[in-house]
Amino acid sequence: MNPILSLQHLKKYYSDQKAVDDISFDIKEGSIFGLLGPNGAGKTTLLRMITGIFYPDGGEIILDGQKFNPIEDIQKIGYMPEERGMYKKMKIGEQALYLAQLKGLSKSEATEKIKYWFKKFEMESWWNKKVEDLSKGMSQKLQFVVTVLHEPKLIILDEPFSGLDPVNANLIKDEIFNLAKKGSTIIFSTHRMEQVEEICDHIVLVNLGKKILDGTVAEVKQQFKENIFAIQTSDPFTVKDNAIFNVVKTAQNKIHVKIQEGYQSNDVLSYLLKENVKIIGYNELLPTLNEIFIQLVEGTHASTRAFKADQ
Amino acid sequence: MNKIWLIIQREYTTRVKNKRFILVTFLMPVLIIGFGFGFGYLSATGTEHRKIAVVDPNGFIKTSLKNTNQIEFSFPIEVDTLNYNKKGFTDILIIPKFDGVKKTDYILRSKKSMGLMLQNSITDKINGAIEDKMLQESGIQQSTLDSIHKASQFAELKAYEDKGSSSKESNAGLAMGIGYASGFLIYITLFIYGSMVMRGVMEEKTNRIAEVIISSVKPFELMMGKIIGIGAVGLTQFIMWIVLIITLSSVAMGFLPADVQHQVAGLQQSNGQMGAGMMQASDAAKNIYTFQHTIQTANWPLILSCFAFYFLGGYLFYSALFAAVGSVVNEDPQDAQSLMFPITMPIIFSYLITNMVTQNPNTPLAFWASIIPFSSPMVMMARIAYGVPSAVSYWELALSMSILIGGFLFTTWLSGKIYRTGILLYGKKVNWKTMIKWAFKKQ
Repeated sequence: MNPILSLQHLKKYYSDQKAVDDISFDIKEGSIFGLLGPNGAGKTTLLRMITGIFYPDGGEIILDGQKFNPIEDIQKIGYMPEERGMYKKMKIGEQALYLAQLKGLSKSEATEKIKYWFKKFEMESWWNKKVEDLSKGMSQKLQFVVTVLHEPKLIILDEPFSGLDPVNANLIKDEIFNLAKKGSTIIFSTHRMEQVEEICDHIVLVNLGKKILDGTVAEVKQQFKENIFAIQTSDPFTVKDNAIFNVVKTAQNKIHVKIQEGYQSNDVLSYLLKENVKIIGYNELLPTLNEIFIQLVEGTHASTRAFKADQ
Repeated sequence: MNKIWLIIQREYTTRVKNKRFILVTFLMPVLIIGFGFGFGYLSATGTEHRKIAVVDPNGFIKTSLKNTNQIEFSFPIEVDTLNYNKKGFTDILIIPKFDGVKKTDYILRSKKSMGLMLQNSITDKINGAIEDKMLQESGIQQSTLDSIHKASQFAELKAYEDKGSSSKESNAGLAMGIGYASGFLIYITLFIYGSMVMRGVMEEKTNRIAEVIISSVKPFELMMGKIIGIGAVGLTQFIMWIVLIITLSSVAMGFLPADVQHQVAGLQQSNGQMGAGMMQASDAAKNIYTFQHTIQTANWPLILSCFAFYFLGGYLFYSALFAAVGSVVNEDPQDAQSLMFPITMPIIFSYLITNMVTQNPNTPLAFWASIIPFSSPMVMMARIAYGVPSAVSYWELALSMSILIGGFLFTTWLSGKIYRTGILLYGKKVNWKTMIKWAFKKQ
């Protein structure tokens, strides 16, 4: 399948730094894609180029098989920025209508779709309220509706769950899965790794303007696994380091072992069986994305870069 | 194009539907008319009345100090500076013995100090009396003097403006009034609507809706939509004011006493000449007629269309700059104050120049200030009021207009570039130097 979005050697340089420095990746149609990175890594700049707000200094963006045209392709994209806002004094219905029309929908089309989504999210009574009367979570829901209203092929959500309670977060999450099932592609930018593990098919990690990781969640975990296995037993037991494995952690009925170079997981089992340990559980411990993230980003002074941002 | 129209619509309707807009639009003309009539009423009835006791050892002054509706002179005998108040006088005037050579002071003592105008008129009266006395001494009869005084008040200036073969009545007072009023209106509206644009941009930036919108439209479209939308609000307000002021004045005219209205109509028919039956037209009717007649001498279609042009041109020129400032300001309104300074200074200077130009429309300062786009909207209006082409030639007007058009295209282009960068930049203090750097950066 052709990728819906393909970035090729994308570059954006500010006066004193390379915000996006030669990044390339593809996103498959219908997938949920995680764009990860610490603050100031260049995520927002990258997203702003994909949404046509910034022009790249180099490289190309191919959207839906054609060179991206910020003016023509606006309707194909729905963008919910991290810093979101609404006109505080404007009525919610009018505001949604205005934003939808700016995306190119006709008034009647927009009204129909707003009614559909408001009903779905139980927001029908909000139409004549003003944004200033809404709670943060409520306006977040409104923001999401406005983003997906025009049924874009590519939906870009920057930290979509911040400020939402678990009930509303689930509502949005289900909707993200729904939209992906219907064929929309979702780019999901965050630094909340537990959400990424749960939602994303494919991830890219950027740091200091460069791509440092690219793959499916399973692939990435395999790539960073350290051959650590957890063994659970019915009785307390002790075991010493040996040629096959080192013990990295012990609890009463549970130990973590790291398999030495050249041995397989079955070698551990047969060793333990010989020792007559009563095993009730045996599984590989894969690193969490959070651990991978911290391992890769730590020590790169990524966070200090955010304060120097200048254009 | 369709999208910029949507933005214009939103900017326009949210403001026009706003309660404050409706209130200001309707109250302003009521206030203006109210003040006008209130002022007229007060100046007609509220003048102070002075009863002055005169101590005059010369004797001859008594005949020359004529009472007016403000001053009543009397020449009581036993009145001095201690008891004039008790005897019912407001002031006492002590005139020294006149020896025919030396300049001397006369003394005026009052419980309430007297205004300069009244003081001058009393001095004039005393000097007039002395002059009469001296003329009489050199052999001129009092009756001859009186008839000379009466006959010599014959000149009243009526200026005409030559236009090819025909000439037209012109009125410098009216020109000054129109120039001053339109300069002032443009001055006020540049501030009101310019800062409205700035606040609108700041609102979008601090509300963080700007990013959502510029993912749908170009930043330049958003900026222009806002500027045009608010400009349309301004025009709407002007048109409403003009309509309301005309309506209210004619309603107010209806409250005049019937005989005054009748006299005004009579004066209009006879073209200001007081025919046999009109001799008794009251002062009020004469004033109203003169006012109406004077107003008609101005070239209103020209003035109104130039006003519309210069209001819009000046507004577009400055509001783009205000938008640029709004786009770089963060939450702190103090930043806006200091960044606005270089924009507000030329506006204030232009206003000061306008005040001078209303009196002298053809100085070199007036010429240059009406060509340079920073000041031309206000200054040119002050000159146009004196007439085109008599005070402002056609080529000057054309030059000024085309430079203003070029000027606002330039400020819009400049601000567009600043706006693009500024609207998405948070947490950084920006000064004019950085803004200029952005403006001339290659994109």
